[in-house]
Amino acid sequence: MSSVVNSERIPNNVDLASDKKLQRALEAWQPRFIDWWKEMGPEGFQEDQIYLRTAVSVDHEGWAHFDYVKMPDYRWGIFLTDPVSDRKIGFGDHMGEPVWQSVPGEFRNVLRRLVVTQGDTEPASVEQQRLLGQSCPSLYDLRNLFQVNVEEGRHLWAMVYLLHSYFGRDGREEAEALLERRSGNPDKPRILGAFNEPCQNWLSFFMFTYFTDRDGKYQLLALAESGFDPLARTTRFMLTEEAHHMFVGETGILRIVQRTAELMKKNKNEDARAEGGIDLPTMQKYLNFWYSVSLDLFGGEISSNAANFFASSLKGRAKEESYEDHRAVDGVYPMDVPVTAGPGVVTSFRREEVPLRNAMNEVLRDEYIEDAQRGVDKWNRALAEAGISYRLTLPSRRFHRRTGIYGGLYFDVQGNVLTKEDWERRRDEWLPSEADEAYVKSLMTAPIYDPKQMANWIAPPKHGIKGRPVDFEYVKRTA
Amino acid sequence: MGIESESSGAKAPAIRFETHPSRYKHWKLSFDGAIARLVMDVVEEAPMRPGYTLKLNSYDLGVDIELADAVERLRFEHPEVKVVIVTSGQPRIFCAGANIYMLGSSTHAFKVNFCKYTNETRLSLEEACSESDQHYVAALNGVASGGGYELALACEKILLCDDGSSAVSFPETPLLAVLPGTGGLTRLVDKRKVRRDLADVFSTLAEGVRGKRAEEWRLVDRSIPKSRFDQGVIEEANAIAARTKDKQGPGVTLVPLEVKRSEDGSKSKAEYKYVTLVVDSQTRVAELEVRAPEGAPETTAEALHKSGSDVWALRVFREIDDALLDLRFNHPEAGLVLLRTKGDPEAVRAADKALHALRDDWFAREILLKMRRTLKRLDLTARSVFSLVEPGSCFAGSLFELALAGDRTYMLDGGDEPPVIGLSPLNFGPFPMPNGLTRLETRFLHDPSAVKRLEGQTSLVDAESAAKLGLVTFTPDEMDWDDEVRIAVEERASLSPDALTGMEASLRFAGPETLETKIFGRLSAWQNWIFQRPNAVGERGALTMYGRPERPEFDWRRT
Repeated sequence: MSSVVNSERIPNNVDLASDKKLQRALEAWQPRFIDWWKEMGPEGFQEDQIYLRTAVSVDHEGWAHFDYVKMPDYRWGIFLTDPVSDRKIGFGDHMGEPVWQSVPGEFRNVLRRLVVTQGDTEPASVEQQRLLGQSCPSLYDLRNLFQVNVEEGRHLWAMVYLLHSYFGRDGREEAEALLERRSGNPDKPRILGAFNEPCQNWLSFFMFTYFTDRDGKYQLLALAESGFDPLARTTRFMLTEEAHHMFVGETGILRIVQRTAELMKKNKNEDARAEGGIDLPTMQKYLNFWYSVSLDLFGGEISSNAANFFASSLKGRAKEESYEDHRAVDGVYPMDVPVTAGPGVVTSFRREEVPLRNAMNEVLRDEYIEDAQRGVDKWNRALAEAGISYRLTLPSRRFHRRTGIYGGLYFDVQGNVLTKEDWERRRDEWLPSEADEAYVKSLMTAPIYDPKQMANWIAPPKHGIKGRPVDFEYVKRTA
Repeated sequence: MGIESESSGAKAPAIRFETHPSRYKHWKLSFDGAIARLVMDVVEEAPMRPGYTLKLNSYDLGVDIELADAVERLRFEHPEVKVVIVTSGQPRIFCAGANIYMLGSSTHAFKVNFCKYTNETRLSLEEACSESDQHYVAALNGVASGGGYELALACEKILLCDDGSSAVSFPETPLLAVLPGTGGLTRLVDKRKVRRDLADVFSTLAEGVRGKRAEEWRLVDRSIPKSRFDQGVIEEANAIAARTKDKQGPGVTLVPLEVKRSEDGSKSKAEYKYVTLVVDSQTRVAELEVRAPEGAPETTAEALHKSGSDVWALRVFREIDDALLDLRFNHPEAGLVLLRTKGDPEAVRAADKALHALRDDWFAREILLKMRRTLKRLDLTARSVFSLVEPGSCFAGSLFELALAGDRTYMLDGGDEPPVIGLSPLNFGPFPMPNGLTRLETRFLHDPSAVKRLEGQTSLVDAESAAKLGLVTFTPDEMDWDDEVRIAVEERASLSPDALTGMEASLRFAGPETLETKIFGRLSAWQNWIFQRPNAVGERGALTMYGRPERPEFDWRRT
């Protein structure tokens, strides 16, 4: 094996050492990935020693190995959860058949699209976050950012493994294209809208990891049910890492909420901004933005693609075993679909009994919304404990949508119909205005590299990482 | 027609084909000097019939009627336009093709007529490029799938935005188990000369091909990065405009046809200025009467332009065209058309000669092209056409061409005022059939010299000579005429409409294959067959199941 592609450099449980085809593909791809990482990964920290978790095997000890490492030397590995013997397909038309160990020809293109779409989000988020290190609120947070980044990188590897191993030449080309697209670049945008939105401050980063990575969790849960076993096993392992990203988001926002509450109590007008903090209405606007763009990622409410994925036993529901009817042929999902008279003009709603399979995106979105609410409840508990009456809320799922039945229409955060003019007039009440962006940015002009310090706008975390203190030097700066 | 079930008996409102840019719902036409933009922005909630929404810039007949009108008006009303940029007004989608739910809920006959009409529209767009020096550039600023890509294929140049998601595709076979119905497969290999193995891969790849690969496979002419796309399109349009010649004079407005329609028992009548169409639903026979011009023709370009859309030849062929579409879509049961003419045959020949003499003028040329398209529309109309040459008729020149397009001609021999027929220069070149030959050349495939000889036949001829020259089918005398004609009509009306459609289409297009004959031949043979088969439209067929929760099931036996 070559110097870059071996089991020492690339920890794996896919028997890379004897898989000539995979070795050959990775030999070409791995250097390009490193180039991409250096170009598009975290800007200005590539030489630093970061206290990172690396997965070196799938067992309990091995998947969470902590040590200092320079990011370009990070050992991006390929892991699938262990196979379940005699696993049977659990939903769709192929229910009860043995799971597929290779790609069924008739689903090849559809599956490749699913893998590519999922894979594309991983490098995209690294690109979106590449400048954040330069305004970090603490070394603890900086390290968490990089942990998220390297793991998104590993998730890219996971998808690339599938493309290389199961999709032939097309797969190799798609794997390269994953490194060629660029978040927010009009000529080579990432596939999904939310992954082209700039993530320019830490408030956005925490919202992103809470809301957008949670979409990732639900997509992975749905793919973990797949009749294509390698996809199911890959995504299951990815879920363990995704949980950490959401932890970063959830605790990040919680810490801002706590700090804001403190600052409000300090000020006679309960004015957090006057104390250099992020006021709750501004947080609510960022929440509205990232929540709504994340809802779009689930796709159209009524979708023949979704029906096709489910029918083909390629993509199930999150935790499929918790449902009773796994064929979902007869069920319906009632939906109130906007009736329009001309572009952007909603006149009424029409009740539609959507066949359940066609509503699978909405089913997944429902689960997501329920899950997203839990963190919001936690943040509100912290506000209540601090004696603050303001509450954060999830806006209506109709609000600020670009795809699906609400796409291109205008609703307020309660889901009431608006005219285009009303929307334009009131937009800044609900979404970050330029002034809000400028204000949040003004709080985050200088990075904090002193392990003893924490930015004024965020509370320190309760615990450090892997038993280390909060003020541990999680990032050793070289410069 | 289509959306309601054939057996419901409820009569849907008739479909009308005349429209005007001021009434377009789905297209926006704008002008900037020599460059026009035709922007597709289909209103979802404005389908031609209730029961489906036109999502993703998908089209139905209503959308295509507007497109056909735009292409026609650009040619007559905007001679200053050299380049037409066809693009989308919606984000990320150029056009998703014919609306699947519309097709799924239409009768077979409607689908066939719909595909035929859309094909004719695409051909008229191609003809504008090749014959009228009005060049269409498809600016694909989003996904062009199925009929959307076929629309692009009809354009002279295809520019694809390279933004990582815009693709061209033919998902018909993999997703719907049918074929691209608007000449797509033929244009792929015949017009764009895409290598057949790559075309095979492309036509089974539902997601299509993007960016550079689309260019490498010749599916598009250029793939342009998004940030430079708009500029690239303009540059291309300017380059084409720069090498296109100017046309003299202002455009000619196409005035409304102002048809008077009436019902009388089983008969419905459409009265135009020079055309009358009477359809008898009882006998299933349509009578189409076409009348000669009155007075002398315009013999100078100035006079011709001054008369504008009132020029007899333009008016009468626009009317015939409209009547044929009315027949196709609103009178599906009228299987036999009896074609008559009325007026002075010399007046027709004089009009023909004058027009032919002015053929270097762009407007005269446009009129000739309109006549040519209408005659092709008649060739492609799946109805039996018998011409009746009776006293007072004027089957001469361009109107005799109608008889040549039909299936049989009956000419009365003798009588007090024996009818005559005659030829004009227009019978010898300006009106090729879809097979590329004139109707006379097709008629005399066995003896090409016969056509040469007929060019010398400058006088009007009676039935006996006409029969001898091979220009008519039967020449009954006065004693036999009524009975012969009655029996011919009754016999024809008794035969299977399906068999007649197939028989007539086979017999009408003798001679060489062209892109056009292939397109319509494949349409009537393969596409129509596949459209009927259980694998597409059966209870578990792919078209039936599309958008539904279950997946299709196929009968795997090859035919």
